Amino acid sequence: MPITGQLRHLEADYDVAIVGAGPAGMAAALGARARGAERILLVDRDAEPGGILLQCIHSGFGLHAFDEEITGPEYAQRYLEQVLEHDIDVLTDAYVMDVGPGGRMKLMSPTVGVTGLDARSVVLAMGARERTRGAIRIPGDRPSGVMTAGLAQRMVNLDGYLPGRRAAILGSGDIGLIMARRLRLEGVEVVGVFELLPHPSGLMRNVVQCLDDLDIPLHLSTTVVGIHGRDRLERVTVAPVDDGREPILERSWDVDVDTLLLSIGLIPDAELARELGALFDPVTGGPVVSGTMETTIPGVFAAGNVVHVNDLADWVSREARVAGEWAAALATGARRPDEDVRLVPGDNVAYVVPHTISRDGTHTVSFRVKRPIHGPTMLRIGEVHRRKVRAVVPAEMVTLQLAPRMLEGWSGAVLRIDAVPAEAVVR
Amino acid sequence: MAPSRCHDVIVIGGGVVGITLARELSRYHLDVVVLESDAEVGFGVSKANSGIIHSGIHADPATLKGALEWPGNEGWLRLRDDLGFGFAQVGELLVALSAEELGTIEHLHARGERKGIPGLQRWDAARVRAHQPNLSRDVIAALWAPTAGVVNPYEAVLLIADNAAANGVEIATEQPVTAIEPAHRGEPDGPLVVHTPTRTLATRYLVNAAGLRADEVARMAGVGTFTITGRKGEEYLLDKRLAGLVTSVIFPCPTPTSKGTLVTPTFDGTIMVGPTAEATDDKDDTATTPEGAQAVFAAAKRLVPAISERDVIAEFAGVRAVADSDDFVLGATGRRGFVNAAGIQSPGLTAAPAIADHIIEVLRDEGLELRERSDWRPRAEHPVRFSVLSTREQAELAASEPGFAQLVCRCELVTEAEIVDAIERGARTLDGVKFRTRAGMGRCQGGFCTWRCLELLARCRGIPMTEVTKRGGTSWLVRDRDDVDAAPSGGS
Ligand SMILES: Cc1cc2nc3c(=O)[nH]c(=O)nc-3n(C[C@H](O)[C@H](O)[C@H](O)COP(=O)(O)OP(=O)(O)OC[C@H]3O[C@@H](n4cnc5c(N)ncnc54)[C@H](O)[C@@H]3O)c2cc1C
Repeated sequence: MPITGQLRHLEADYDVAIVGAGPAGMAAALGARARGAERILLVDRDAEPGGILLQCIHSGFGLHAFDEEITGPEYAQRYLEQVLEHDIDVLTDAYVMDVGPGGRMKLMSPTVGVTGLDARSVVLAMGARERTRGAIRIPGDRPSGVMTAGLAQRMVNLDGYLPGRRAAILGSGDIGLIMARRLRLEGVEVVGVFELLPHPSGLMRNVVQCLDDLDIPLHLSTTVVGIHGRDRLERVTVAPVDDGREPILERSWDVDVDTLLLSIGLIPDAELARELGALFDPVTGGPVVSGTMETTIPGVFAAGNVVHVNDLADWVSREARVAGEWAAALATGARRPDEDVRLVPGDNVAYVVPHTISRDGTHTVSFRVKRPIHGPTMLRIGEVHRRKVRAVVPAEMVTLQLAPRMLEGWSGAVLRIDAVPAEAVVR
Repeated sequence: MAPSRCHDVIVIGGGVVGITLARELSRYHLDVVVLESDAEVGFGVSKANSGIIHSGIHADPATLKGALEWPGNEGWLRLRDDLGFGFAQVGELLVALSAEELGTIEHLHARGERKGIPGLQRWDAARVRAHQPNLSRDVIAALWAPTAGVVNPYEAVLLIADNAAANGVEIATEQPVTAIEPAHRGEPDGPLVVHTPTRTLATRYLVNAAGLRADEVARMAGVGTFTITGRKGEEYLLDKRLAGLVTSVIFPCPTPTSKGTLVTPTFDGTIMVGPTAEATDDKDDTATTPEGAQAVFAAAKRLVPAISERDVIAEFAGVRAVADSDDFVLGATGRRGFVNAAGIQSPGLTAAPAIADHIIEVLRDEGLELRERSDWRPRAEHPVRFSVLSTREQAELAASEPGFAQLVCRCELVTEAEIVDAIERGARTLDGVKFRTRAGMGRCQGGFCTWRCLELLARCRGIPMTEVTKRGGTSWLVRDRDDVDAAPSGGS
């Protein structure tokens, strides 16, 4: 079934319009269909649906969603096939310029030009963007050869070019780790990964499979403090950092490289939500959402990396399905649940998504810890639920299920989420 | 061997000074060539500055800098009217933070009035606060100069260059001048021959607008009477979120070597802080430094306390070309036909139109015949800027040409058609595309659009991706997969 490339329901309003056709957007579309939405639109700025998955040609996707390990493009393809089977309008090469409070959207694409359309519910699923050099202020020259790991991934995996001959990687985020391995396999010399924090930022399995197995050194508590080269990058200066993360310049050294990849974190690409005036969570950098994944703007939902940066596409799909289902429910006349319970980060927890929930639904609560705990850890949701796990690290998002029965007999308004060493918990 | 064709005027250096002069020369029946060593015009200090068209109050009128500052400001208004680049007269406030500085303000006020600068006013603290509520509470008074403006310096240089080219000026890039000699032996006052690695050109008049290298160029002509040293300035751009923090240019009281660190609302709405002023031995040293950042933010916070280094989205540095006289070096030299427009430190951007007028008078005195053309076209067709159009205009454009419905840069809303147009107008590099269209200048700093811009450059210029560069020279961007060991060919 072909991608429609057309807006078939411009006359009648769309029930649900979804911005972004990565794993979040596609799952939201399927969720919306399952919950009875008839006219669904899925828009993506790229030529093909799939989002960032298309350039993630490594495996490691689908373990939760499909019970098998597949690559990013395969994961995207499986979702896309379902989307197309469900007769959803898919518009690619299309950019949503603006979303108004009442679901009025302005978009542009070569097939439809600059057009306005109305949707009863909107799901924002634009994903995240990579932090760049400007965000961490590395002083020095501004040569070519300094780029985000994602840009390098795109040029290598989708277009078959290499970013350089000898590379260093700043930041041990997952994309950086995966690109260290990819470049090495492509014959590029990878001199090492430099990480400001005392622990890696990416998943442990990526540290092992992408660095350790290939003998690529990982320098923890180390950062890049200088970039040198007038035209092309020639050299970077790296230095260890002290406990306050300040570089110790006396102990710096130079590394000759023509390429520096930055894998220094992702930020939700949530400008549309910001322009709408939605409330934001300063920690996630994304909009505040309820248990139905609705933002503080009624009728505007959000899911996936645009809300908080996930480490697995499988989690994104699950969360976005909820958003799609509720977007459809509200568009077709269902009542919005009473979301009068607040979830707030407590001990050693950086953030919690969603920010509010109702007492009567089952909710997946996602959060990240601030510091690793390398031993038995107790995860607590206020007084109502606790679960012991083997260990926690900031790189790995934690999820807990919260069922209505857990809240039976509890009448509070705020649930604090904690992650503390298990032995410290007094029973 | 001298080439058979002899040009009327060759301008060495395609910065704002050389380009503005070339456009003025294009009014006349003259054969004019600009030789620029970089891959594109304006890639020197002319794109790496504060972008302020000064009100005219700053420099001492006894110097050339001071004499040309105010007429330059007036010249920019005319250029803007002709060419329609972004230029907003936002005004400037020169603030006093202490009782001693009140004296400086009074002095500059009186001197400015003697220069004939209109609209100068002394404001008390309350008036300052009402106008700029985010200024420090320590500001006790200010001098208001409404004639100060902000431009996009690169946009301006490019449009002036486009217009000069449309009027017949040849603008030749990647043409570093390496030698100058008399065209005919025994005619020391006759035409000159100019060599670059790939071309040899003869000319009757030669203008030296070579910025940081003007002393070297003067020596090539045998009239090396001055030296140029570099004075570096670092600038820091803040997130768009802070747009509106100040709405006029905020100056501290000046020091002997610099106008100090300013807080500037750039034409595009972002706030910029800087510059520093540090002598540098290396004229190509445009690296930013931790010390520079520290100095800039310490100074900027004294003016606007809400400014923070955490909001930086981009930083750069430019190097001012300072002659040993510490003033512009303008005019005729010991070699007939060889004219200097050198030592153009700050306020060189402001003064550029007045420098052009001045040099044209010098050339006339040197014997250049200036016959005005009847077919001179002062106006240029302005490139479309999709992002600033109304929805209706956007829809009409998109319907007329699909390239305007295909977005490339999301942060700045730049369409494919605009990028293709920029390349057709002469953008040869990624930076050239960026400076012409703003693609890659926004929040994500090119994370998403760099690749698309690269592809369009390769496609429109008919070159392989491996030959596209960031800004010419060896600033290559990608390599072929099977070319890991060999150095890439480069090019631009
Ligand atoms: C940080 C900073 C902030 C500033 N802010 C302001 C401001 O707000 N307002 C203001 O009025 N002024 C400002 N200035 C000053 C202003 O930028 C300069 O005075 C002005 O741009 C100088 O223009 P130019 O054409 O002489 O130099 P350039 O732009 O450097 O042009 C010279 C050109 O000559 C070329 N060239 C050199 N040698 C050769 C050769 N042998 N052959 C061929 N080509 C050659 C170079 O490649 C270059 O492109 C600032 C300067 C700095 C550093």
